[in-house]
Amino acid sequence: MVRLNRRDFLKTTGAALLGSALPFGLVKVASGAKGPGQDFTFGYISDAHIQHLGGPNFVRNWDRGLIRSVQEANLLSPRPDFFFFGGDLAQLGTKEEIDHGLEIMSKLQGKVYYVMGEHDYYLDLGQYWESKLGPQYYSFDHKGVHFVVLNSILTYDKWTFRNWPTPMDRMLAMARLDNPDGSPFLVGEKQRGWLKKDLTKVDPNVPVIVCSHSPLQKIYQGWNFWTDDAEQVMELLKPFKKVTVIYGHVHQIQYQQIGNISLHAVMATAWPWPYPKTYTQAKTHLPVLTVPMNRADPFFERDATGWQFIDWKTGHADMHYHLPNNKDRSVAFNRKTGRPEDKAYQNPKKRIPPQIHF
Amino acid sequence: MRKRAVGMAVGVSILAALVFYLQSNADEFTQEDLKRWEDQFMGVVSQGEKLFHSGDLGKNRVSCDQCHPNAANTHPETYPKFQKQLGKVVKQHEMINWCIQNPLEGDPLALDDPKLTAMEAYINHERRGVPMAPGKH
Repeated sequence: MVRLNRRDFLKTTGAALLGSALPFGLVKVASGAKGPGQDFTFGYISDAHIQHLGGPNFVRNWDRGLIRSVQEANLLSPRPDFFFFGGDLAQLGTKEEIDHGLEIMSKLQGKVYYVMGEHDYYLDLGQYWESKLGPQYYSFDHKGVHFVVLNSILTYDKWTFRNWPTPMDRMLAMARLDNPDGSPFLVGEKQRGWLKKDLTKVDPNVPVIVCSHSPLQKIYQGWNFWTDDAEQVMELLKPFKKVTVIYGHVHQIQYQQIGNISLHAVMATAWPWPYPKTYTQAKTHLPVLTVPMNRADPFFERDATGWQFIDWKTGHADMHYHLPNNKDRSVAFNRKTGRPEDKAYQNPKKRIPPQIHF
Repeated sequence: MRKRAVGMAVGVSILAALVFYLQSNADEFTQEDLKRWEDQFMGVVSQGEKLFHSGDLGKNRVSCDQCHPNAANTHPETYPKFQKQLGKVVKQHEMINWCIQNPLEGDPLALDDPKLTAMEAYINHERRGVPMAPGKH
């Protein structure tokens, strides 16, 4: 049994980017899983925000982020069993943006499961996305793990169906993160009912991975780092021994342990967002375990963006963040403490100035 | 002589009193004044907020808030500061223009452009209450 070392993986990726050392030998990923849950890995790309400018033109910077992550993910060895795209493929939900995003994603070698983001949704309430990608929420089983994909970016009907001048006005209102006239995200009663039913057929010993776009926890409502019915969704996940929630939307590293549930955020390929605590006019908090990522260098446009690779070495879904121009980060489950921890920086003494400075 | 001195002293006192009177008069302002000045300022903040969220500053429809919701991570209180990427100490407006030219792919604003004033008003207002920390990283 050969353990896939993160550094080795990167070394080979780096070498491959230089155009050599292809193809790699297969490396078996060791799983610490006892009982259900076999060895496998998957990749996670999120928040591309493909932005249309008219005609054949799209914002170059956001295109490049997604293209780069697809290219790098194609170099992964061993091949992940599949990928997730964590939502916000488009910036303003148009056909052009979704088509262009999917064209870039089509170069990714492997099956991709898509999660709905608010930027994909609020123009036509997900119609075009659905016509291309299928249902807005679903579940599947893979090698002993039950995966659930939720559309967590719904909101209250009184906001969605208010008298908007045009659907694009609604889209723009939701696209503005710091909109004081926004509305909190919801999974909603209908979908919670579906989830409850879906989970009745799953054994409590089976690991469950839930993928949503918005955090299934309440972090900062002013930027909609927030799902209003998070507790009710969590309640449905309580009977399971091992639950991991993976969410996009926040464009930054976050992780937390709430009861039996490990929560992880994924990076954006488009741009990073500041941690809410940097907005000094609002009281807020970070998930307590989270060690912030390095402050972004605006002069390197891919800095503090990235994508991730997920393995089961600890028997939990462990995140490996691939960060261009920045030290990669790994957040893995620590069985001793029973929570996810950063492999390098959890100890406050190990933190480096770019994590502490604003 | 003495009379003259007294006269001068009185004259100076009157002059001083007059100057004090005029000064204190000039310094007086009312609740209405305060409200008007506040409204003027907040009007410019509001223009800045619109620009900041508009996608009109550059040429690729990207807006400032896409990376800086509520102008977070702009830390205006740290300028002027050494910007290692530019190799010198720069002011806040130079970084605003850098952002307009690079991620927004647009043309820089003139120093006296009311748009730049509005941007600085919005950014600084969102960061109000934070102690000055010039040069800090």
